[in-house]
Amino acid sequence: MAIGWYLVVSAFVFCIGAAGVLLRRNPLVILLCLELMLNAGNLALIAFARMHGNGDGQIFALIVMVVAACEVTVGLGLIVAIYRRRLPIDVDELRELQG
Amino acid sequence: MSEVFFFIAGVGAIAGAMGVIALSNPFYTVLSLVFHLLSLAALFLLLHAEFLAAAQVVVYAGAVMVLYMFVVAYIGGQDTPLSASGSTLRTAAPLFAGVLAVELCIAVLGSGLKGISSEGAPLAAGFGSPAQIGQLLLTKFLLAFEVASYLLLVAAVGAVILARRRAGLVGQEPEGKPFLSVLRPIGTGTTAESAGRIQPLPTQPHKEQLEVEGEPAGTPGGGA
Repeated sequence: MAIGWYLVVSAFVFCIGAAGVLLRRNPLVILLCLELMLNAGNLALIAFARMHGNGDGQIFALIVMVVAACEVTVGLGLIVAIYRRRLPIDVDELRELQG
Repeated sequence: MSEVFFFIAGVGAIAGAMGVIALSNPFYTVLSLVFHLLSLAALFLLLHAEFLAAAQVVVYAGAVMVLYMFVVAYIGGQDTPLSASGSTLRTAAPLFAGVLAVELCIAVLGSGLKGISSEGAPLAAGFGSPAQIGQLLLTKFLLAFEVASYLLLVAAVGAVILARRRAGLVGQEPEGKPFLSVLRPIGTGTTAESAGRIQPLPTQPHKEQLEVEGEPAGTPGGGA
């Protein structure tokens, strides 16, 4: 398959993830949608690595996976802390930082 | 043959992504993302990234998704409404995503890149194998590798501190002098004070306590 089609799939997945971040109100699902967007980026990086026949893009994708794992750990820790304080698990209700 | 596999994996990836934002039960949402990640691993294999496909299945679809599953089971997997009813985002978000998708497709398919319509450059032997990835990580990208390991350490410690069980309720101070109050005196603007767990005192607590000791019992002490 031509490399362009992998990029088209990656673009679609990224847009679905962006729509999910804007639509859903549960922070857990918002984290999952962020994972979708990061994975779309990974697919594009690996497609370009294949296009150039060069392994550097794959290292980049591996580091993106590490950063995504860190983001998941901290995000899930925040959600557990929110739940322990009996706060509503809804990003529209958690608006104290907004002032 | 590779076209058939690409079609199956690509449709699976997009369907899994749609399931993530369309299902209202968080359990099914996580399962849908697992399906999406497995399809994506198949696409990685088609692109000759064998090590990354294996890492995707083991680390992402295995470990990270189990973590998600634990948290969903902990906070309760009740159905949540898909979006706030009557909000402007409900109409604006799909519109934004559609416009973004069209724009990206135009950019990709109308690109001037020569290699984009080819199958890719001819590959050296061992492309995407664990040996090549390991060699690159330990020679050319050693700094990124080390920084990533520190980042993982910081994230792990941060998650433990964020999600730990707080000792006691607010206003119920533990007995005795806490160990940390030696390191950071009261009234110096620590995080615990801003969260309301330690009441900051306007003056030096030790002098006040000495004055209060002479008075009859019943007066509230100022000590923490």
